[in-house]
Amino acid sequence: MSRIEKVFEKGKAFIPFVTAGDPSLKVTEELIIKMAKAGADIIEIGIPFSDPVAEGDVIAQADERALKAGTTTDKIFKMVEGVREKTYVPLAFMTYANPIYTYGSEKFIKNCFRYGIDAIIVPDLPFEEKDEIKPYCDKYDIDLISLIAPTSRERIKMIAKEAEGFVYCVSSMGVTGVRKEITTDISEMVKLVKEEKNIPCAIGFGISTPAQAKEMARYADGVIVGSAIVRMVGEYGAGCVEPVYEYVKKMKEAII
Amino acid sequence: MLKGRFGVHGGQYIPETLMNAVIEVEEAYNHYKDDEDFCKELQELYRNYAGRPSLLYYAKKMTENLGGAKIYLKREDLNHTGSHKINNVLGQMLLAKKMGKTRVIAETGAGQHGVATATVAALMGMECEIFMGKEDTDRQALNVFRMELLGAKVHPVTSGTKTLKDAVNETLKEWTARVEDTYYVLGSVMGPHPFPTIVRDFQSIIGKEVKKQIVESEGRLPDALIACVGGGSNAMGLFYDFIDDKDVDLIGCEAAGHGLDTDKNAATIANGSIGIFHGMKSYFCQDEYGQIAPVYSISAGLDYPGIGPEHGNLHDTGRARYVSITDKEAVEAFEYLSRTEGIIPAIESSHAVAYAMKLAPTMDKDKILVINLSGRGDKDVAAIARLKGVRIHE
Repeated sequence: MSRIEKVFEKGKAFIPFVTAGDPSLKVTEELIIKMAKAGADIIEIGIPFSDPVAEGDVIAQADERALKAGTTTDKIFKMVEGVREKTYVPLAFMTYANPIYTYGSEKFIKNCFRYGIDAIIVPDLPFEEKDEIKPYCDKYDIDLISLIAPTSRERIKMIAKEAEGFVYCVSSMGVTGVRKEITTDISEMVKLVKEEKNIPCAIGFGISTPAQAKEMARYADGVIVGSAIVRMVGEYGAGCVEPVYEYVKKMKEAII
Repeated sequence: MLKGRFGVHGGQYIPETLMNAVIEVEEAYNHYKDDEDFCKELQELYRNYAGRPSLLYYAKKMTENLGGAKIYLKREDLNHTGSHKINNVLGQMLLAKKMGKTRVIAETGAGQHGVATATVAALMGMECEIFMGKEDTDRQALNVFRMELLGAKVHPVTSGTKTLKDAVNETLKEWTARVEDTYYVLGSVMGPHPFPTIVRDFQSIIGKEVKKQIVESEGRLPDALIACVGGGSNAMGLFYDFIDDKDVDLIGCEAAGHGLDTDKNAATIANGSIGIFHGMKSYFCQDEYGQIAPVYSISAGLDYPGIGPEHGNLHDTGRARYVSITDKEAVEAFEYLSRTEGIIPAIESSHAVAYAMKLAPTMDKDKILVINLSGRGDKDVAAIARLKGVRIHE
């Protein structure tokens, strides 16, 4: 059982997301350490991409700010090295196929292993294309997280069968971003996954309030929150660490 | 499971949310492409609505003036809506209609694909929304109004470089948000499988007609085919039926903007490397970390950092070759063809004309060269006037 999967044995997992390098890698490092202290069970680190087609405006603009600040994949690996001296919290990279492929898929995954990344999430690498990096993930023991969407229907079986770590359930149509309500039948999605394989399911896209998190945690094993945190980082800049810490604490408490 | 591959290129690198949508398109296409009624209906639209076949015109004055190979122009500019884009749009929208879709969305660069999509949406009674970079809505303002006149809603895209690349991003996002009743009419031989294949098939009517027409007038195949390449649909449409005719040179012309040695160009094959973007593996202008580069061309239609995957493979195998043409050369060709033949070419197509002006004089007089005149230049007249410092009111 991977470090990622073990997290869910302790109970419902809270999984926050931050964009690396927004507003600086130093702040990202502090954020990760503080979010772990606040009770985050797994932390998703976004490697910024110039054209993030699965992201709404909030994360897309954070990517733009991070890239403008000179963030690169190599600098992010260095930041992770620093983080690992201070926390053992499981870490997942979230990025697009191109930053991985262009860096060199094997070199990228090998560095993930070397610097202590546990999993990667690639929203534009569907089941049909996962062999692009899966062999390297297997070689270096990195979980390649599978995503399922409200449109997946009969594909869920096939995806769940080969999933590892946890299954990322996309709660809504469209891109990432805060939503007032989530109308998808999440419990049905989770049920279809579990029928095929006993693997944790975490829900992401659109969740921002403790009440939403609590509601979602009834159906799934974990809750992922991105845009709400990234928006705080955007608002508070370098002063975001404390407010994010408080927010993560509140969200974690809501799902216990 | 490798679907829709051209050598190493192609594939389906898209969010899971869209996977069933592209599978649905693929299944529908495979069903209808050989369906007798569908083909008959499409041929009828090509003939009676688009005005096909388009002429293969012998450019006598240009030939004599350049003093080399015989030059023919494939007059896609004479199609309804003024470019080759209508070939693909009629095909895909007939398919969308058969699939029961009621709403279409599309990206556009210069506006030609947007206009074609808005036109056919009006004809077929479908709801239509077009995404166009803010930069392009400014430089192609007339096409924006044209689309609105046809009943489409135009969304200016203000993210990123505010050009074609960003318009594709936004259209993909829109499709992810609303897929049930919506069909994405992709405008070029790019994106995730099955689009590069579908668009190529619908555009291949260009090459099929050229083959028939040139054999009728010259009794043999041409020696070279020249077309401009952004995503590459007019080039792919011209080349496709000639791929097995090894003696025919296939030449794609990329936009070199201010020059290949500057950071202001969109020459993907010359300056790019293999990457994964917009659903496909192919060549892209990008940095060492895979960040897509901000590209530039005077021509909004060629101002794109990637190239269709089948072109990527034609380049890898050496079957086609790709050259680059600067803004300056394209503008000179724009003016040259206007004055020499009385035909105003689109600034995109002018890139192909410009290379022909270099190549033809180096070829013997008994050689034959075909240029794909992919679109007419009316949309560019105001921009060229601005470039030359002429103040006019559109």
